[in-house]
Amino acid sequence: MKSGRFWAWVVFALGAAYFFIPLIATVEFSMRMRRGAYSFDAYQIVLGDERFQATFMYSVVAAIFTIILGVLIVVPAAYWIRLRLPQIRPVVEFITLLPLVIPAIVIVFGYIRMYGSNSPLPFLASDTGTNALLVIGYATLALPYMYRAVDTGLRTIDVRTLTEAAQILGAGWGTIITRVILPNVLIAVLSGAFLTFAIVIGEFTMASLLNRPAFGPYLQNIGANRAYEPAALAIIAFAITWGCMSLIQILSRFAPKSANRPN
Amino acid sequence: MAEPFLSIQHVRKSFGATTVVEDFNLDVAPGEFVSFLGPSGCGKTTVLRMVAGFEEPSAGKIVVAGKDITRLKPNQRNVGMVFQAYALFPNLTVAQNIGFGLKVAGMAKAAIDSRVAEMLDIIKLPQMADRYPYQLSGGQQQRIALARAIAPKPKLLLLDEPLSALDAKVRVSLREEIRSIQKKLGITTIFVTHDQEEALSISDRIAVMYGGKAEQVGTPFEIYNRPATKFVANFVGTLNVLEGTVTDAAAGKVRVNAQEVALQGKLNGSKSGDTLSLALRPEAISLGWQPGHDTSLSGEIAEVHFLGSVIRVRVGIGGNTVSLDTFNNSTAPPPVVGEKADISFSSGDMLVLH
Repeated sequence: MKSGRFWAWVVFALGAAYFFIPLIATVEFSMRMRRGAYSFDAYQIVLGDERFQATFMYSVVAAIFTIILGVLIVVPAAYWIRLRLPQIRPVVEFITLLPLVIPAIVIVFGYIRMYGSNSPLPFLASDTGTNALLVIGYATLALPYMYRAVDTGLRTIDVRTLTEAAQILGAGWGTIITRVILPNVLIAVLSGAFLTFAIVIGEFTMASLLNRPAFGPYLQNIGANRAYEPAALAIIAFAITWGCMSLIQILSRFAPKSANRPN
Repeated sequence: MAEPFLSIQHVRKSFGATTVVEDFNLDVAPGEFVSFLGPSGCGKTTVLRMVAGFEEPSAGKIVVAGKDITRLKPNQRNVGMVFQAYALFPNLTVAQNIGFGLKVAGMAKAAIDSRVAEMLDIIKLPQMADRYPYQLSGGQQQRIALARAIAPKPKLLLLDEPLSALDAKVRVSLREEIRSIQKKLGITTIFVTHDQEEALSISDRIAVMYGGKAEQVGTPFEIYNRPATKFVANFVGTLNVLEGTVTDAAAGKVRVNAQEVALQGKLNGSKSGDTLSLALRPEAISLGWQPGHDTSLSGEIAEVHFLGSVIRVRVGIGGNTVSLDTFNNSTAPPPVVGEKADISFSSGDMLVLH
């Protein structure tokens, strides 16, 4: 028994080392900009760079629109599938997994061919159209995470009975979704939203090929031309992602509770 | 019956090739409490769901207060419903749950608050307004669900096995409470259950269902004492079934284990030599002779179970076994297994099952 515990700790320590050593090394390297002393110079340069602020804000706005689009598509779709079309759930699950197996570069080339200035839907003919197309592309990339998060949330409530209880009390579909279903899967939606945020903030391929001033291409550009700043940026991106994950944990404490899931 | 408030006319429901409800007819008077009683899969919940609007009948129509509601959506029917699984909205407090239907109807906040308070008083939980469903027991949750269903003053109240998920003690108290609230409000109610005791104790009338059809509709007294079919007789209450052979159809005589029983006027159409199933409720049988009884059969004590105030005795009569209960008498010892015994009953209490 004791020997088992010992080896469990050894495996844990190896896993932790595999995770933390590169992270610590990156932090250490990012602070070595000033010769002979540790400093936050690289961070100051990165955070003070106008392009950092502009591209980061661009990606944040794109992420917000992506989350809104994702929620508008996924919540009603996942709800309807659970309520009325449970038999097509495996098909929908497969479709939502496709963005994981089809590389982003294939999707974006498809977009460029389909939505060029000569197409009936010329998204690429204007900046606004291209931005919209980027958001649509991001929503596609985030689909596997958003769908799974919402579907898992729906699994924790009795969708059919709650829907029927609301219907018999006079509620229409809009009221049912906004006042009964959405509040009860809010934490799941938020999980999906933060995962979407994390994906969008670091995404490079789509933004680069659609020539959008997003954070991903900026990261790549800095990485290719500077020494210490990319390490600082990597740590900042890491902190943002972990911040998102922590927010999910904090917000889940405020989730509506049910008799089946009291704590 | 006066003009029915709810009229279910020739309703049929099929799912693909499977017919779940077949030619179901029922008229319910205003303020009446009718139970649908039957085993799982008999179609009782499907009929209720058609009245609620969650299922559309394949044929037939449903009329409420003279208006055909067959094709109306559930949210247009002004019907209240209580579900087996409570179905309270987990994100809303008790008060918000009860006020949900009123808010949807666009009622002013002050009026909602007043109606919610009234409902909480009716279900005797006035202190629970700010609790969430997960903070309540099953019985409390079902009371809140009842209050939520009746708060918008629905024309009709539907109860879909509302007591099934509760423990026995709460079930008994809550069913009495449901009945008393229903009487107080005078709301026409349909109650679905598979528990015969529940149905017998609180209903004005019971529709016993089997295989998608109403086998018999009647008062609890009629259903229990004059079951129309073999299924009803077997499903409702405990029944002793004796196999007999008609010896003289004209005189109404039947032989049970070489002993003759006279059943004048009950053999309708049976011929001499036919085999019949005869049924007797345990409470209609006595051990030994009793005043008012006209028939006696001899047998042997097969089992004796001492249950305190009651002694349950099983008497073997040839190939049949008859179960009966006698009250405990501290001055007389219980019967002994193996000893000879006579049972007696009134032939009028004997049912011929068709």
